[in-house]
Amino acid sequence: MDNFLFLTRIDYTLIVVSLGAALLGTVSGALGTYAVLRRQSLLGDAISHAALPGIAVAFLLTGSKTPLILVFGAALAGWLGALAIISIVRLTRIKYDSALALVLSTFFGIGLVLYSLIQRSGNANQAGLDTFIFGQAATILKRDVITIGILGGIALITMLILWKELKLLIFDEGFAASIGFPTRLLDILLTSLLVIAIVLGLQAVGAVLMSAMLIAPAVAARQWTNKLNLMVLLAAAFGAFAGVSGTIISSSTTGLPTGPMIILCATLFVGLSIVFAPNRGLIWDTIRQRKNRRSLKIAAGRLLEEPQQESE
Amino acid sequence: MQALDSKAIEVTDLTVAYQETPVLWDIDLDVPPGVLLAIVGPNGAGKTTLIKAILGLVRPAAGNVLIYNKPYVTQRRIVGYVPQRGSVDWDFPTNVLDVVMMGRYGALGWIKRPGNRDRELAMHALEKVGMENYTTRQISQLSGGQQQRVFLARALVQDATIYLMDEPFQGVDATTERAIISLLQELRENGKTVVVVHHDLQTVTDYFDWVTLLNIRRIASGPIEDTFTTENLRETYGGRVAFIKNR
Repeated sequence: MDNFLFLTRIDYTLIVVSLGAALLGTVSGALGTYAVLRRQSLLGDAISHAALPGIAVAFLLTGSKTPLILVFGAALAGWLGALAIISIVRLTRIKYDSALALVLSTFFGIGLVLYSLIQRSGNANQAGLDTFIFGQAATILKRDVITIGILGGIALITMLILWKELKLLIFDEGFAASIGFPTRLLDILLTSLLVIAIVLGLQAVGAVLMSAMLIAPAVAARQWTNKLNLMVLLAAAFGAFAGVSGTIISSSTTGLPTGPMIILCATLFVGLSIVFAPNRGLIWDTIRQRKNRRSLKIAAGRLLEEPQQESE
Repeated sequence: MQALDSKAIEVTDLTVAYQETPVLWDIDLDVPPGVLLAIVGPNGAGKTTLIKAILGLVRPAAGNVLIYNKPYVTQRRIVGYVPQRGSVDWDFPTNVLDVVMMGRYGALGWIKRPGNRDRELAMHALEKVGMENYTTRQISQLSGGQQQRVFLARALVQDATIYLMDEPFQGVDATTERAIISLLQELRENGKTVVVVHHDLQTVTDYFDWVTLLNIRRIASGPIEDTFTTENLRETYGGRVAFIKNR
């Protein structure tokens, strides 16, 4: 408690930003698990880039920078982008990766055009809109934290309520459909949850880096566990921890941007997990292989020495 | 109308096309209850598509499917499905018991989680396929045959009247194949209807009592002794059948 008061006296902003980053990491880490397990890691990237023009349009229409309005615009555009990808794949012969690249760059391009139009319009209120491209965590205010908390909470609660349905959708979509679950609807719902996680992170981390916030914690978590519930929990924890540590590191040194530091922390967890995790980790793997080779050698040696005994 | 009552599955005029190319063309198929039926045909004959169309997983361009005279959507609970083993990612973070319990999800409906009773049913199904000692085993650590047994157990948990199985013998060893076929025969003895996509022509007469020969069109369908003839096979496989039979 003393410690906490000491911190508030030092830097109220740091606490607000850390809290926002932690919430953001929790939500995107947990929901990112589903994107990773569905092999849709790049969908997050497309959604975050597609969300940009939504922010510009929302601002152009309302002239407001209220987080809820901008988040709503971003979500709508991100969702349209995801829908465009799904429709292109379903209706044309264009493959998933091409559709993804097309939508991502088209929406991002529209976003950039709109931003430069807004900047040239001389609207006094426009300053800071471009933070959504590269993110600027320092601009997170208390009201942003509240927005992240409420919307992220809704997304996480939805995920928990539909736990069994989403698990089945990801593991075996055909079987899910055969027993009567509306897989297309569940698919849209899951995509919508991802959209929420992504647009909440745009302000802090930015469109360009946001997909890493979704993917990295989940990839790291997968290394440590073979259980879906633990994986979601761990990914949420990694996300939160990356958010807080990235914020603190960047605030301790002037000139270090917060969003990229958060991403670097998250990817550091991935690196450590890939090397050190038991069972799936590289070190563990090497040791096991060496052990296997040695026991094979011993067995082979014994075979050569006394073949009669082994052949009984 | 009386005759209709004795059809477990009735497919009429079914045509399925993927981007203009027909995969199934004008299929008529009646499956009486209590038979163990093999769907046989060359690669690309539409065997998997036929199963998926019966289950409503692909939208037909034309035609109709009835399960005991009613559309599939109202009959889901009496149909069990075993998809191809390769259709899922076996590195998914879950264990054997959890996968088998997915067979209960249809009966559970929305949101409700599986409970002790579902666990018991899943354990019972795992005993039936000889996998009761693997309940907590990570699914990525299963052999092909074990994966297939887990999928079978999941279908058994559905407690269905009709079972549709897509290549349950694919990539399993001889022991597992014997175990699976005796399980399917036991299902038939209990009055269930079992439809199996099958690849190995050598074992059709040993394992099954009905056969459907398929190559985009339905070539023939009926009891093995009348249907599994050289002419029908030749028509299904073209000239290659002689080579297959001589092996």
